[in-house]
Amino acid sequence: MTTILIDGIAYGMLLFVMASGLAVTLGLMNFVNLAHGAFAMIGGYVTALAMNRLGMPFLLTLPLAFLVPALIGAVAERMLYARLYRRSHLDQVLFSIALVFMAMTAADWLLGSSQMLVTLPGWLQGRFEIAGIGIGRYRAFLIVLCAVLVVALQLVLARTRFGARLRAAVDDQRAARGLGIDVGGIFAATFAMGSGLAGLSGALGIELMGLDPTFPLKIMVYVLIVVTIGGTASLTGPFLAALIIGTADVAGKYYIPELGAFLIYLLMIVLLILRPQGLIAPAR
Amino acid sequence: MTDTTFATPDRAAPAGTERRAGRDLLRRSRCKPAEILFWLAAAASFFLLPDRHLLLSEIAILGLFALSLDLIIGYAGVVSLGHGAFFGLGAYVAGLTSIHLTAEPLTGLALAALAAGLLGLLTGPLLLLRASDLTRLMVTLGVAMLLLEAANRAAWLTGGADGLQGVMIDPLLGRFEFDLFGRTAYGYCLVVTFALFLIARRVVTSPYGLSLRAIRDNALRARSMGIPVGPRLLAIYAFSALIAGIAGALLTQTTMFVSLDVLAFHRSADVLLVLVLGGVGYLYGGLIGAIAFKLLQDWFSALTPQYWMFWMGLVLLVIVLVGRDRIDALPRAILHRFRREGRA
Repeated sequence: MTTILIDGIAYGMLLFVMASGLAVTLGLMNFVNLAHGAFAMIGGYVTALAMNRLGMPFLLTLPLAFLVPALIGAVAERMLYARLYRRSHLDQVLFSIALVFMAMTAADWLLGSSQMLVTLPGWLQGRFEIAGIGIGRYRAFLIVLCAVLVVALQLVLARTRFGARLRAAVDDQRAARGLGIDVGGIFAATFAMGSGLAGLSGALGIELMGLDPTFPLKIMVYVLIVVTIGGTASLTGPFLAALIIGTADVAGKYYIPELGAFLIYLLMIVLLILRPQGLIAPAR
Repeated sequence: MTDTTFATPDRAAPAGTERRAGRDLLRRSRCKPAEILFWLAAAASFFLLPDRHLLLSEIAILGLFALSLDLIIGYAGVVSLGHGAFFGLGAYVAGLTSIHLTAEPLTGLALAALAAGLLGLLTGPLLLLRASDLTRLMVTLGVAMLLLEAANRAAWLTGGADGLQGVMIDPLLGRFEFDLFGRTAYGYCLVVTFALFLIARRVVTSPYGLSLRAIRDNALRARSMGIPVGPRLLAIYAFSALIAGIAGALLTQTTMFVSLDVLAFHRSADVLLVLVLGGVGYLYGGLIGAIAFKLLQDWFSALTPQYWMFWMGLVLLVIVLVGRDRIDALPRAILHRFRREGRA
C-alpha cells in the first residue's frame, strides 16, 4: 500500500517537472504548446545516446539532458513561437501539433522506431526498506531530485528579480516594456527553462515510461491533463494535480488493471466538471 | 439603423427590419455559380477518374468528417480535439450492425448517425462549462480517449486490437454491389456527402445558423440579446456529431473493416489539419481541405513512404506561420487585381 503510494508520488513528481514548463508557457504566457513532449523526448534521447554510445555515467548526462533541449527551446522560441503569441489558440494548437509530427518523424528517421533502453547505475537499482516498507531506490532518488527542483522553481518564480520581471511581463507587457524590462528576452529564457526541465524529466522518465519516437504524443496527453486539472493560475495547482494523477495512475494500474488508462481520463473529466477552471482557479 | 425600432413606436419599422433580415438571409442562402461548378466537378470525377475511385471515396469521407467539424469550429466557435470519438463510434456501430443485425447499408448508416448524435447530446453539456478553449480541448480529447480505451477493453464486442472481423455489406438498395474498385463506394459516399452538405448548408444559412455566429463572435452579448446559448450550442454539437458518425459509418461500409485506428488520436488531429488546410467557416473548407490533404499525403508517401508525416507537418507549420487569413485572402486579392486591370 505505502509502496504504491510512494511509487505514485515519484511518478507524480516526475509528471510535475515535465509539466512545469508547460504550466508556465500556458499559464503565464498563454500559449498552448502541445509540442512540449517533443522537448522531453529530446532530453531522453540525449541521455540515452550519451550513455549508450559515449559511455557517460547516468548522472553526468542529466545536465546535458537539460541544456540541449533548453538551447533548442530558446532558438525555437525566438524563431517560431514568438510569432504566435498573439494568435488564436487554434493556431497555436495546429502549429504545435505540426511540430510534434515533425519531431516524431525526425526521431524515427534519425534513431529508428525501437524502444531506447538505458541501464541505471548499480546504486540506483533495487530497493531498500524503511520500517518494513519497500522503497525503490530510483523512486526515492526521483522524489528527492524532483522535490529539490520544485522548491527551486518556486523560489525562482517568487523570490528572484527574474521571477518578478517575468510576472510583470506577463501581467502587462506594455507597462513592463515601459519600465525597461526586456520582455522578449525574458520570455525566451522562460521558455528555454521550461524546455530544459521537460528534457530533464524526459531523461529521468526513460526508466518509468520508456522512450521511442511516439513519446511526445504519449506524454502530451498526460502533461496537458496535469496542467488543465491543476489550473494555470499558479504552480501549486499543477503540482497537486500531478500528484493526484500520478498516484491514481499507479494505484489504478496495480489494483484495477482491467480499467487501464480509463481511470485517468475519467478522473480528468470529473475534476473538470467540478472545477472547470482547474483546482486552483485564477483570481478574478 | 436598427436603432430606429426603439425610436419610433409604430409597427412599420420592425416589419421593415424583418423584411430586410429575410432578404439578407435569402441572399446568403442563394447558390453561387462557383458552388454549382464544384459539385459538377465532383460528379464528373465519378465518370472521368474510374481508376481513382478508392482514393476519391477516402476523400469524400474525410471531407464529410471535416465538414462536421467545421460546423462546430467555424460556425459555433467550439474547438475540439476529440471529434474522432464520433467518427469512431459511427464506424463501430455500422460494423456491428452489419454483423449482428442486418447487412443493409442504409440501416447501418442511420443507426450509426443515431448513436453518434446521442453521444454528442450526452457529452455536449461538458462543453458548456464556464471554461476556456483549453478545457474544451481537454474534455473532448478525454472523451475520445475514453472511447478508445473502452473499445480496446471490450474485445468481446469490438475485437479489440485485432479489429472487427467479418463485416459484410449487402448491395446498396439491393442493386449496386460494393465492388473491389470502389465504384459503388464512391458513388455512395458522394451522394451521402452531397445530401448532408445540403442539410448542413440549410442549417447554417437559417436564422438558427446566424444565431450560432452571434454566439461564436460574442457569447455574452448573444445571451443578453435573448439567444439561448446553451441549447443552441448543444444542438449544433449533436448535429455535428451525427454527421461525423455517418462519415465513420461510410468508412466501415466501404472498406468492410473496423479497427481501433478509427478512434485513435491522429484521426482527431488529422481532421483539424484538413479543416485548416481548406479554411474554416464556409463549409467548403472541409471538402477542399480533404482533397488537398489526401493528394498531399498521396504525393508525400510516394516520395517517402515512412516519413510523409514530416512533410505534412512542415506544410501545416508554414500555413500557420504565414497566417491563415492571408492565405484565405489570396485568391480574392488576385481576383481583385485582375478585375482592376480588366477595367483599366
